[in-house]
Amino acid sequence: MRPFEHLTVQAADEAIQALAGGDGGNTRLIAGGTDLLPLLKDGLVNPGRLIDIKPARALRHLTFDADGSLRIGALTTLAEIERSSQLAERLPLLRQSVVDAATPQLRAMATVGGNLLQRSRCWYFRGPFDCWLKGGTVCYMRDGENKYAAIFDQGPCRSAHPSDLAPALVALDATVSISGPAGSRTTPVAEFLAPPTNDERVEYRLRPDEMVTEIRIPAEAIAGHGVYLKAMDRRAWAFALVGAAAQVTILDGKVARARLVFSAVANVPWRATAAEALLVGQTLTPDLAAQAADAAIAGASPLAHNGYKVPLARELARRAILAAANLWTETN
Amino acid sequence: MSSPSSNAASVSTSASTTTIHLTVNGRTRTLSVEPRRTLLDALREDLHLTGAKPGCNMGQCGACTVLLDGEAVYSCLALAIECQHQAITTIEGLAHDDQLDPVQQAFIDHDALQCGFCTPGQVLALKSLLLRDPHPDDDAIERAMAGNLCRCGAYPKILAAARSLAGRAS
Ligand SMILES: Cc1cc2nc3c(=O)[nH]c(=O)nc-3n(C[C@H](O)[C@H](O)[C@H](O)COP(=O)(O)OP(=O)(O)OC[C@H]3O[C@@H](n4cnc5c(N)ncnc54)[C@H](O)[C@@H]3O)c2cc1C
Repeated sequence: MRPFEHLTVQAADEAIQALAGGDGGNTRLIAGGTDLLPLLKDGLVNPGRLIDIKPARALRHLTFDADGSLRIGALTTLAEIERSSQLAERLPLLRQSVVDAATPQLRAMATVGGNLLQRSRCWYFRGPFDCWLKGGTVCYMRDGENKYAAIFDQGPCRSAHPSDLAPALVALDATVSISGPAGSRTTPVAEFLAPPTNDERVEYRLRPDEMVTEIRIPAEAIAGHGVYLKAMDRRAWAFALVGAAAQVTILDGKVARARLVFSAVANVPWRATAAEALLVGQTLTPDLAAQAADAAIAGASPLAHNGYKVPLARELARRAILAAANLWTETN
Repeated sequence: MSSPSSNAASVSTSASTTTIHLTVNGRTRTLSVEPRRTLLDALREDLHLTGAKPGCNMGQCGACTVLLDGEAVYSCLALAIECQHQAITTIEGLAHDDQLDPVQQAFIDHDALQCGFCTPGQVLALKSLLLRDPHPDDDAIERAMAGNLCRCGAYPKILAAARSLAGRAS
């Protein structure tokens, strides 16, 4: 780790002021530090200054508002989501998305804001390779050891998005509240997370002088029911091979709203809109769930070593859709 | 040296060595570190508390587990300068005089270790669970212990130790 200056702030506006110093991205916020410190240790980011935002207690909360919507402060930890009995009851999808993420120690440190902003776990990105995502010209994942690569092509990079929480938030139509020198803006998580492009080789869209303050989930999404299913190559402490978040609302026996979002199949959480469209307006049956699951993986273009992700995604999708509607049993 | 910046609430520290105060095992310790010093290195190198082990240094093994306000965390992924307002507990702080902590005693009674490298982290991970939930079921125990690798494979005996502490036969 290179030396850096260190600033501790007590509130979001102090962080924004400090970021506005205008040192061209040389300053980084640090929350739980569970992604930033590994990046610093590997020399993948080398800021001259860190701003510790953890003391900003106002950013650490889980609040159900009177209208039934939920606000989650950016500094809320994954452990707090896991341990919330209110969430277990009212929003099982959100809680399930974090219980198998990382480990208890990491969840105690890791924050919601940091989770959305974590960088790719691709070993070419993390390792000593001048890969495209780090500013080079080649994505080594395409012809290299690509067992964990994305199966959907979204651009030059083939790394798979590692977050378990992010697909759940996309399935819940969550928005991110962002503050910067010019004030605040709100953007859907589904747009905040975006595939890296030539000009922005990063998986999110946040300016260096901005910070995430809050996540909001609308009441209509919370009214449904959902699950998060995660396939791992060991039973704990592994990133998802594939994860599937489904949230379904059933009214008068018919699907009124459906969301199906995968982790680890694309550069960012992958929303299977064709599958969702098949479900809406219909009576949910095992056959329909299977059709939707087929639709969910249409267009996948696996590489040499990650073809297993296609049937894995299909089956997780089928089970998640059925389980979201309380129809999943071992026999169907 | 630490010096208050223009904003009274925030504290700014230069990249060079600065004085910090850590509350470790109930004692306030004053040390000089750079902001980039991890809690693990501060404990081991500056305070000579070598119970927390450097394994992977990347949050992938659990050997560096310590408690911050009772919560198990990886000290390799925390900056010492950011831990000044929390109570830090290391394995050295569990026993009182000659009296071992019940978790330590249970590890001995159940032979829940071989080489011992991961043991301080295992003990503290279990301690953290029992502070929150004195009577965990097996699922809660396995989940709470999922962030500590044991290359000797002492897991069944660690589970037995945990069960005995939870008040259940092993
Ligand atoms: C071994 C290991 C296993 C893991 N397994 C999983 C897993 O299975 N599933 C999963 O989902 N995740 C997993 N993770 C990732 C983990 O969840 C993230 O590292 C964590 O959520 C990041 O949050 P943080 O608060 O520690 O972020 P930090 O490390 O503090 O910050 C990460 C980035 O976000 C920026 N940042 C943080 N907060 C804000 C804010 N409010 N506004 C603007 N910028 C901000 C920082 O500047 C930095 O660039 C794993 C991590 C490790 C190390």
